[in-house]
Amino acid sequence: MARRFLLPLLELVAVLFLVSIGVFLLLSLVPGDPAIAVLGEGRTPQEYDALRAQLGLDDPLLTRYGDWLGGVLHGDLGTSLVPPQTDVLDRIARAFPVSLELAVVGLVMALVIALPLAMWSAYHQGGRADRAISAITFGLLSMPSFLIGIVLIAVLVNTLGWFPRNEWVRPGESLTGNLSHAFLPALTIALMEAAMFTRILRNDLVTTLHEDFILAARARGMSPLRIMVSDALRPSSFSLVTVLGLSIGRLVGSTVIVEYLFALPGMGKLVIDAANQGNYPVVQGAVLVIAGVYVGSNALIDRTYGLLDPRTRRAHA
Amino acid sequence: MRTPSRRRRVDVVFWLGMAWLTVVLGAAVLAPLLPLGNADDSVKGLTAPIFASPEGLGGAYPLGTNNYGLDVLARVVYGARTSLLVALLAVLIGTCVGGLVGLVSGFVRGTTDRVVGILSNALLAVPPLILLIALGTVLDPSVRSIAFALSLLTIPSMVRLARANTITVAQREYVLAARALGAGRLRLMLREVLPNVVLPVLSLAVVMISVLVVAEASLSFLGIGIEQPRPTWGNMIAEGQGGVMEQHPYIVVVPGICLFLTVFSFNLLGEKAQQRWDPRSAKL
Repeated sequence: MARRFLLPLLELVAVLFLVSIGVFLLLSLVPGDPAIAVLGEGRTPQEYDALRAQLGLDDPLLTRYGDWLGGVLHGDLGTSLVPPQTDVLDRIARAFPVSLELAVVGLVMALVIALPLAMWSAYHQGGRADRAISAITFGLLSMPSFLIGIVLIAVLVNTLGWFPRNEWVRPGESLTGNLSHAFLPALTIALMEAAMFTRILRNDLVTTLHEDFILAARARGMSPLRIMVSDALRPSSFSLVTVLGLSIGRLVGSTVIVEYLFALPGMGKLVIDAANQGNYPVVQGAVLVIAGVYVGSNALIDRTYGLLDPRTRRAHA
Repeated sequence: MRTPSRRRRVDVVFWLGMAWLTVVLGAAVLAPLLPLGNADDSVKGLTAPIFASPEGLGGAYPLGTNNYGLDVLARVVYGARTSLLVALLAVLIGTCVGGLVGLVSGFVRGTTDRVVGILSNALLAVPPLILLIALGTVLDPSVRSIAFALSLLTIPSMVRLARANTITVAQREYVLAARALGAGRLRLMLREVLPNVVLPVLSLAVVMISVLVVAEASLSFLGIGIEQPRPTWGNMIAEGQGGVMEQHPYIVVVPGICLFLTVFSFNLLGEKAQQRWDPRSAKL
């Protein structure tokens, strides 16, 4: 029991520790002087020196890393270099729910699109619908999300006016307003994932449909829909779960791009703006938080195999 | 009865894709020799009309001009040059470094293997685009440093694949036989194991090309990668933001189609390569 839960946890901590070193070292190599980034140019050398001392930039690298990591462990990610000089953690706390909502809604949408398409496709294996779905999904996989997004904005928002323009309504203010603003960005995220999920699930379903127990169910007179949903879906979903785990990295990427494209105040926008301004405390904090969530959710997905397939439960122990 | 006709259809698409890749690669390599317009000199662009509509092959601006009066056809060709150069360079670095590290760590095992495993897990712990953005904060936006950043994305998966293949191959009887004949470690690795690891690694490299073309385009779309006025497909598509695309669709459509077709063709090639060289991982 202890081995099953403690070892992965230890590995997770080790990986995050390495990530924190990497992120810190990388961004302490930022070209240009952070003091100039904060104060702007044309101040006296004394003012720059004072600020550098205040930010601890004169200390040796190891001391700075220790200070930073100590702060991180106490929930202090430092303050933003660029005005408004707010707490980095506060800014992340404001941005994170936006990204989480987009990613989760996008993922759910992708599954809602992919499940029926895959079932339809597998049931009519080799038919016209199957081939059409296969061709369309292969095409979609070659469409970068920013290309899908920019086309959707140009057509659906700016030309047809079906969706509201860029801005974000927090769910606390108006739930319907929030959903209507989240729909198109989430759809942009969902399309590519849906294509991937459809292909994976369809292939596994086709294999499952040749099994004897499906024939038995059919012989008992069960309807195709019932067979699909209650007999074939679960044994066909292992590859899908694996791909789901792998797709989270891509999901984070497309969420970043979609936030930039639709000007939504999420983690992606935060990171890109900070990267463009050389605002390294924000980049450090955001990358660390994103990596933590990413590694954690992948570990969770690894656990779900046991729920889906009893055979793998023993293999873990 | 249906299968043969279907196979032929897929092959037509495949060869069309390869034809497109040949055209793009050829144009990218020969770009300086081709009679193209002004791709990146915004001073000279001042005298040219801005947002000129595409005129077709006979006209002065076959695919139109952008908001600086730069020729879209010339930009799309030079964009191909940059995008493909960056992606291919990154895949080359990633394959060589990742493949070798994976080979050694799978062959030597022990502590080396464990350290390599933890390091590559740490690289995988940061989502790809976030890693690129963090690197983009530090690196200057030149072809060389973007290619280096992109190669970091490919290294962990290359290491994993090369390592896994090395472990299975190293247990085969013929490797044992070579060892019994007195072959040294280096000879075993290079002469006996490497030839059996190269093909799966190469097939992953082909798949990676399209991933990296997209990553490079995303990065320059976000304004973190290669910067204007030097054209890449990503920053050309970014020019269509803010209402430009609605009035001048070709600004996005031209580089968009090039990007789509190129990624599509590399995906076809990657699928073929994996089916032939690495049947186990050809899942998609």
